[in-house]
Amino acid sequence: MSEGTAGAGPVSADASAAASDSGAALEPVIGLEIHVQLATATKMFCGCELSFGQPPNTRTCPVCLGLPGSLPVANERAVHFGLMIGLALGSQLAPRSIFHRKNYFYPDLPKGYQISQYDEPLCLGGRLGEVRIHRVHLEEDAAKLIHVGESGRIHGSDTSVVDFNRGGTPLAEIVTEPDLRSPEQASEWLRLLRATLRQLGVSDVNMEEGSLRCDANISLRPAGSEELGVKTELKNMNSFRFIERGIRAEIERQREIIESGDTVVQETLHFDPTTRSAGGGAGAITSLRSKEQAHDYRYFPEPDLLPVAIDEAMRQAAREAMSELPAQRAERYRRELKLSADSAQLLAFRSELGDYFEAAHAAHADPSPPAQALANWISGDLAARLGDGEDPAASRVQAPALAALVGLVAAKRVSVGAGRQVLDKLVAEGGEDPAAIVEAQGLASLGGEDELGAIVAAALAANADAAERVRAGNEKAIGPIVGAVMRETKGRADGTEVTRLVHEQLGI
Amino acid sequence: MIERDEVLHVARLARLALSDEEIEPMARELSAVLDHVAKIGELSLDDVAPTLHVVEVTGALRPDEPRPSLPREVAFEQAPEVGDEGFLVPSPQA
Repeated sequence: MSEGTAGAGPVSADASAAASDSGAALEPVIGLEIHVQLATATKMFCGCELSFGQPPNTRTCPVCLGLPGSLPVANERAVHFGLMIGLALGSQLAPRSIFHRKNYFYPDLPKGYQISQYDEPLCLGGRLGEVRIHRVHLEEDAAKLIHVGESGRIHGSDTSVVDFNRGGTPLAEIVTEPDLRSPEQASEWLRLLRATLRQLGVSDVNMEEGSLRCDANISLRPAGSEELGVKTELKNMNSFRFIERGIRAEIERQREIIESGDTVVQETLHFDPTTRSAGGGAGAITSLRSKEQAHDYRYFPEPDLLPVAIDEAMRQAAREAMSELPAQRAERYRRELKLSADSAQLLAFRSELGDYFEAAHAAHADPSPPAQALANWISGDLAARLGDGEDPAASRVQAPALAALVGLVAAKRVSVGAGRQVLDKLVAEGGEDPAAIVEAQGLASLGGEDELGAIVAAALAANADAAERVRAGNEKAIGPIVGAVMRETKGRADGTEVTRLVHEQLGI
Repeated sequence: MIERDEVLHVARLARLALSDEEIEPMARELSAVLDHVAKIGELSLDDVAPTLHVVEVTGALRPDEPRPSLPREVAFEQAPEVGDEGFLVPSPQA
């Protein structure tokens, strides 16, 4: 602590004193709570089908309407999906799991309680990437509440409409330990979780449609401290962009509070990305009406549901349903195929690209393309030509044809530029043999140095000014010269070779 | 004896309106219930698992197979107030 601030100013909490010292000594501590709608056919505790845009209140029954005398029965597949999530996150699967009632009154909850889990969740502990998992439990989703504003057609301003189609949809709630340290890290990690869940096939994981929802617990503490500061819970961040912006805005809000010597109040906050904050930043953060404290939920074991016994058969079924997960796939690409970390991650997280990459790699093209070159062509040139998110397997470009093309380029029998022209042709028309396209279009690399050398000499003569500047050391001036050679050769020349010849002929 | 504030807090959680005359008797009755249950604490129960259910049955799960939902007009019959497509409730935001 520096002398300047230690004695001066109002006495404040340790955190703010430390912060005002260095200006940036506060460290954000972030944990996430993710709700995932499970892709079952029916609801968590009744046989009503899940709703995808059906007319309101057409997927209800006495159980999900909370009518007296109705009894819930847990959905076997929801439990199965929960176990798969637990296995994917390295959690401990509980031998026995208990449902609890979480009691509170809100119109989207017809029973006056949500069936959730409390002290015996389905899965405990675990880890995904650098983030530890606290727990995974099952619960039921609430109904959808539509607030009718003053302009609404119903009774003026004080009425809401309830649609119970969503009520009772199975949810897995995944709670992390507070291991994240920045908004960017939080959204990056959430992408990894989403890719993992998508690969498992347990959810649509669509944030815009609400099948993946994320709340963040955020606090600040002096960097290096082991203690946690007072946290707030930030809700309503329904896209990766909003998650970053929301967390960033809340960190700034807390930083201002602490640096001005005040104390952060533990509360639930709502992030509204459509407004601007008081400080002028994007997205206002407002306090939700104070909800019950945890003990006010009066959790108690759901008397209408028996404990779920997770036996070996259920664990085995969950294990058998698991495919290779993105993190494992990325690791395999790095270890076995020596791909760069970025390429491995990209192909692993976009499984359609990864599948296509593996098909191309297994095609045994001759000459054989290096795995990294293949990865670059698929994630770069091919993905760009197909457009956002399109599966290359559904395109006209057959994986063996792409492998053959990349092999030709890698062997320098076709220049990169000419290879792109061949790829254009494959994207437009398909075809099995890139070598035939190369032949038919006269795109083969210029073989002899003499032939290319003459073209380079002509280009230098035609661009004498540029040549002079290159000779004087301005490497950027080489552009027009290389461009002229490429035009003359219709892109068949190898760019590196052209540059080498330009330098050679200029004597540098 | 539990405090008056605690009675009011629990009443609020349960959405019960208590008149002034009801608060003191309620505190007395709730305290009696709690005292009764607290009796159990005098026993040595370290090795006894909580009895969640009187029968030790597990594994009653339901196959993920759809069953017919209620026709909307039937569902609406139970509601005090409905609109064209939904149940109407006092707005919690009002």
